[in-house]
Amino acid sequence: MNETKALKTSQTAEVWRRLKRNRAAILGGVIVLLFVLIAILAPYISPYPPNEGDLMKRLKPPSKEHLLGTDPLGRDLLSRVIYGARISLQIQVVAVSIAMVIGTVLGMVGGYFGGKFDHLIMRLMDILLAFPGIFLAISIIAVLGSGLTNLMLAAGIYSIPQFARIVRGSVISLKEKEFIEAARAVGENDFNILFRYLLPNSMAPIIVQTTLRMATVLLTASGLSFLGLGVQPPTAEWGAMLSNARAYLITAPHVATVPGLAIMLVVMGFNLFGDGLRDSLDPRLKD
Amino acid sequence: MLLPVLFGVSLISFSLLHMVPGDPAELLAGEDANPDFIQALRKEYGLDKPLYIQYLHFVSHVVRGDFGISIRNREPVIKLLKERFLFTVQLSFLSILIAGFIGLIAGVISSTKQYSLFDNVSMVGALFGISMPIFWFGLLLMLVFSVHLRWFPAGGKGTIIHLILPAIALGAAGSAVIARMTRASMLEVIRQDYIRTARANGLREFIVIYKHALKNAMIPVITVFGLEFGYMLGGAVLTETVFSLPGVGRLMVEGIFQRDYPVVQGSMLLVATTFVLVNLLTDIAYAFFDPKIRYE
Amino acid sequence: MGTLLSVKNLRTQFYSAGRTVKALDGVSFDIEEGSAFGLVGETGCGKSVTALSILRLIPYPPGKIVEGEIRFSGRNLLDLSEEEMRSVRGKEISMIFQEPMTSLNPVFRIGDQIIEVITLHQKLDRSQAFEKTIEMLERVHIPEARRVAKQFPHQLSGGMRQRVMIAMELSCHPHLLIADEPTTALDVTIQAQILRLIKEMRREFHTSILLITHDLGVIAELCDWVAVMYAGSIVEQASVEEIFENPRHPYTQGLWGAIPLMDREKDTLAVIPGTVPDLSQPPEGCKFNPRCAYRFDPCDRAIPPLFQPSPEHLVSCYLYGGGKNHE
Repeated sequence: MNETKALKTSQTAEVWRRLKRNRAAILGGVIVLLFVLIAILAPYISPYPPNEGDLMKRLKPPSKEHLLGTDPLGRDLLSRVIYGARISLQIQVVAVSIAMVIGTVLGMVGGYFGGKFDHLIMRLMDILLAFPGIFLAISIIAVLGSGLTNLMLAAGIYSIPQFARIVRGSVISLKEKEFIEAARAVGENDFNILFRYLLPNSMAPIIVQTTLRMATVLLTASGLSFLGLGVQPPTAEWGAMLSNARAYLITAPHVATVPGLAIMLVVMGFNLFGDGLRDSLDPRLKD
Repeated sequence: MLLPVLFGVSLISFSLLHMVPGDPAELLAGEDANPDFIQALRKEYGLDKPLYIQYLHFVSHVVRGDFGISIRNREPVIKLLKERFLFTVQLSFLSILIAGFIGLIAGVISSTKQYSLFDNVSMVGALFGISMPIFWFGLLLMLVFSVHLRWFPAGGKGTIIHLILPAIALGAAGSAVIARMTRASMLEVIRQDYIRTARANGLREFIVIYKHALKNAMIPVITVFGLEFGYMLGGAVLTETVFSLPGVGRLMVEGIFQRDYPVVQGSMLLVATTFVLVNLLTDIAYAFFDPKIRYE
Repeated sequence: MGTLLSVKNLRTQFYSAGRTVKALDGVSFDIEEGSAFGLVGETGCGKSVTALSILRLIPYPPGKIVEGEIRFSGRNLLDLSEEEMRSVRGKEISMIFQEPMTSLNPVFRIGDQIIEVITLHQKLDRSQAFEKTIEMLERVHIPEARRVAKQFPHQLSGGMRQRVMIAMELSCHPHLLIADEPTTALDVTIQAQILRLIKEMRREFHTSILLITHDLGVIAELCDWVAVMYAGSIVEQASVEEIFENPRHPYTQGLWGAIPLMDREKDTLAVIPGTVPDLSQPPEGCKFNPRCAYRFDPCDRAIPPLFQPSPEHLVSCYLYGGGKNHE
């Protein structure tokens, strides 16, 4: 038992070492960290309350008082962007958690038991995947209605198929391996095999997928909010802010640049970090 | 193989009306409808019958091209769908052309000059491409090219000029994916023995890369083309909204806001079914172009 | 009968992760016109690198030919421009490789691939090239040549694919055919067929052969002259009879499993102890010396020159020169 622990720690150390060498991944990691910190500390670092606006100060360009200027309703843009991080993180965490849990369970059950279960689950995933990209999320919103909670649900459901596929693939390739045969020979029941043997060994692709999905969910959720199908006013969400900015593109372009820039940077951060994780966790990495 | 998926798709579209809270007949009738009208609607759509009969009713109408009547403007949904859907297909088509053109060239050149400046710039560009929100990119393009430079109109439909900026915004992510995929595929192919054979036979490097390598590398990229085209069909709604274009995406979103359920149902069904067909065609194309599958 | 190919002091290196691997460290040999020259050694000794260096197919990065001369048809191949080299490849010097399963392009038909090579090097139009292709396929005994020409590589067996490769590479009547482990990846029965075919083609086309292999049986079957390579250098060269009856270099003896009779303790070398050296940090002097049972004073100081203990026999080993004469 101690040997397995020692092996695991040295494997993790090796992954960590590879990760540290990857400069792009470090950049991504820093961005993600900043994002999370800003989101968590929003109430403390935000100069103004995000939803209070002074109509006398509408659409002002960046100044000493308002570092990023003000929006069409006189609200401080910087504060709204900071709180936007908070909302985005919340949406991402809830959605990806839903997808991760449900997707992993479905993938494990389908991959391990095979047969009719597997067919059924795969058909369900295929049906979900028949709706391309953001269209799936829109369709789910059409059924559930708009609003923050439904947005999180829609983004979650929309991410399930990818998790299910990856976990299923991992389980299928692992279940024929000898250590599983050994576990069965010792008399372990299916439940244990799934959760104590197969799942831990599938963690690598799950972690990578989780990170990359955070990026996709942010793009989708902000897209839905942009369309008006996601968070409702006056919530400060980056996509929604861009929607408000449309009408003032010519007169006050600064309102449109920052929220979009924020989305892009955070998505990039998660993408870079996720790619870096994937490369570090892949034992077949060649220099 | 195809059938269960189409069945599921039609089932979901059908059930939209029933999953939303409220009585279906009342929802269909719209606001301020008088009870007689509601009852007549109930009879006509068979809304008092059991669900599975209603489903069969729904499907039999759909295959005959009858998607119902729009609640908002009392026109047949099929008429609206036809125009708008065709428009979105045009837009997506232009998008995939642009994306494919840029992506293929960037991917091939990057693979032949691995780690060069071009390669690094391309890959960074690809990173931006997949990270940028379509709607924000669209707004930026509009700001720079329509407002300041006045090279392109800022919206509306008309000629192909109107479609260029939206197509670029829509195609950015696709070109990034295609570039990455092409690069990876080419790198894989260039390492193969048969490329060494071609060089050992004295063929010019240009022929080796653009005839021998490329033809092999393209096979997996075909699937990406198909998928990306599908994602463009689905994601067109964002660029249609930014540029105020009359596409099916915007139609559906408006339908959601206006509670125009037949329109929403029709859009869902049409787009999803098209995507399934696109995937099928892509699989067929793949089998066609890979000699290993086509001949035995 | 003159000398067709003369390799002098060839040095090829590979650069990776800050290390320089000396894959070829001063390789020299001559191939006479009409002969079959065998290059034998373990995996990693540099045999394939030698072949690729002759055709200048060493990819840069990471590899480079840093020194040497390769005289062929009165020219030094290392001085040629890339364009001139391209007219040598496939036309004057051809090469067949070890893996017939992957050496042909999977998305083009067999016939088209051969036609491409023919039209590249010869002034024939397409239909003439097609007839020539069929002729070549028939000469390598491929049945139903016209039908096979329309097929794709995956529709043929390994043996058939290797025949196609031979047909392709001989289609322009090269002076020299380099065969890099042509039978290693094939079944034993097919190996014999392909070897017979190579022998037959050699006779019919008057092509000289450079055969690279680790299989001694193949050498015995096909070659007139043999060179033994170890860690990037040629340690012994002799006629095929000499090399089998009278292996001189301790490494060759180890390979043959022969029992050397020297005035030392009799060691039965069934296995050569130790491992092949790291070519980025080769040992001082003779590269085999750390593993050699006969190692003595001069061995780790400088690479031994070639001594000639008998006619038709060259050895790079101090046991045969530098004061000690064991004849």
